[in-house]
Amino acid sequence: MLKDEDRIFTNLYGYHDFGLEAARKRGDWDNTKAILEKGPDAIIDEIKASGLRGRGGAGFPTGLKWSFMPKESDGKPTYLVVNADEGEPGTCKDREMMRHDPHKLVEGCLIAGFAMRASAAYIYIRGEFFVEANNLEAAVQQAYDAGLIGPDACGSGYSFDVFVHRGAGAYICGEETALIESLEGKKGQPRLKPPFPAGVGVWGRPTTVNNVESIAVAPTIMRRGADWFAGLGRENNTGTKVFCISGHVEKPCNVEEEMSIPLRELIEKHAGGVRGGWANLLAIIPGGSSVRMLPKSICDTVLMDFDSLSAEKSGLGTAAVIVMDKSTDLIRAIARLSQFYAHESCGQCTPCREGAGWMWRVMERLATGNADVSEIDMLLEVSTQIEGHTICALGDAAAWPIQGLMNHFRPMVEERIMDYKNKEPAAAQ
Amino acid sequence: MKRIPAPKDQQPDRFAFTAENVEKAQKIIAKYPPRRQASAVMPLLDMAQRQHQNWLPQAAMNMVAEMLEMPRIRVYEVATFYTMYNLAPVGQHFVQVCTTTPCWLRGSDDVVAACKNKLGIGLGETTADGKFTVIEVECLGACVNAPMVQINDDYYEDLTAESTEALLDALSKGEKPKVGSQSGRHASEPAGGPTTLRAFMGDG
Repeated sequence: MLKDEDRIFTNLYGYHDFGLEAARKRGDWDNTKAILEKGPDAIIDEIKASGLRGRGGAGFPTGLKWSFMPKESDGKPTYLVVNADEGEPGTCKDREMMRHDPHKLVEGCLIAGFAMRASAAYIYIRGEFFVEANNLEAAVQQAYDAGLIGPDACGSGYSFDVFVHRGAGAYICGEETALIESLEGKKGQPRLKPPFPAGVGVWGRPTTVNNVESIAVAPTIMRRGADWFAGLGRENNTGTKVFCISGHVEKPCNVEEEMSIPLRELIEKHAGGVRGGWANLLAIIPGGSSVRMLPKSICDTVLMDFDSLSAEKSGLGTAAVIVMDKSTDLIRAIARLSQFYAHESCGQCTPCREGAGWMWRVMERLATGNADVSEIDMLLEVSTQIEGHTICALGDAAAWPIQGLMNHFRPMVEERIMDYKNKEPAAAQ
Repeated sequence: MKRIPAPKDQQPDRFAFTAENVEKAQKIIAKYPPRRQASAVMPLLDMAQRQHQNWLPQAAMNMVAEMLEMPRIRVYEVATFYTMYNLAPVGQHFVQVCTTTPCWLRGSDDVVAACKNKLGIGLGETTADGKFTVIEVECLGACVNAPMVQINDDYYEDLTAESTEALLDALSKGEKPKVGSQSGRHASEPAGGPTTLRAFMGDG
């Protein structure tokens, strides 16, 4: 188990004040100037060496992403945009960081922004997080008042602004180009890539979009060194990670643990175990609603990291572990996710706009059993027509939970259909 | 809830920001680069809604369009795309019940039933006295404190049927119930106390 001294978010649970004075006691803003004096390239090299991979779901190497930003200024501004539009079902980690430990994020914005030579950071926080946005704005103001950001940030001579921008209820804005559109004051509909945001981002300027956690861990990595971070977890899957454990466990919780911790250990050490014991486990969605579920047999041994979970055709995603015990109606659980994606489709691409709703309607019938067995294959076929055929990954995300269900629990779905036919032969015809 | 704008007879003819909000609006616009004032459309619509009993009349959208020099249709697009803008009147207590899978697994059906039982209204309806509106929403991002509801700006978490009814009772009496967990948890730590960071619970 990760030692407390290796935990980054020491105020994750909010037992202490979020403000500047308390944050300084926790080590935030401790001689940030010295970190900046290393220079942008050294900071990027350190983050690259730490092995940090993006914490928002895709797991792209963070240092590499920062290096895509232009090295020579054309005299116009470039931007860091922080994706705090946390909305992936199961995920509630950024919320805790922002309401209880916001200075880690603000300091991270300065360090990351400096490293990528950006002139300002915009933190796009989901609109429903009202209290969290207030705490974050208060932390930003405290940092300005103390000269930590603004002109001559931390006495470094570097000028850097941080702004908080509240969303207004749209899951799709968690997609980076939709977020950029939204920040520009438009509907959150994703853009085609290329051009990538590092070339043409918000207001047509080079932009890097990073998850809250990716940015908030940067100051600690710079203080403790890349070797420390890279020494946790496994190769290519380094560092610590905040996991969100929800669903049928005794004690749902957020917890910061070492990357690559076995899934079973994570749940039994911190969440009090599966309700009714490990043997009562049916399936787990290991990385937020968009990834494919895993049956118990895989959960027994799988490690919680990018490579281990993608080898099982699932993913670490946001590390939101949704646990379902044997009492769960799995078909209904996935049908509810299908409803979510149908609701949140932005409507831009036809396969997703029409397909997500269609899949939801079929899933609702499968949940009651009022369907034909042949419709399972049709559903899977349609899901592959949506997957990979849309501008953004929401189409994929709508398809994967259904594919995960059918991969591992198809007999359960067939049985439901048979039961329905036997009980209501007239209706079935 | 159907996102249909309120009928004409409910729409006010005019809308104007208060002097205080005009000042705030200028500060908000200044957060964005010059000539990029359209970026302020979301915060300004939010401010208008807060000034107008938690719903956004068309007159407010028009005023925001004028203020930001945007075509009205661009503002309408934003107002209708994002679910937090209420296009028609809502109750004084705007109850948003999360029913997405993580909350559903922990009993959000009981929360919906408790709302129905206590208030006599179903999802998408408003009580006759205008005190409560209940709607179903998608994941609100508090999944380890499921099930939960958001009422106006506040999250109420770790609910049961009983605590939901108690919450609604308190609100209808004009009380201010404690926000956050209703089961005694501090935040998102495991019930009964954290398994980590115990050394950090004290003065440190």
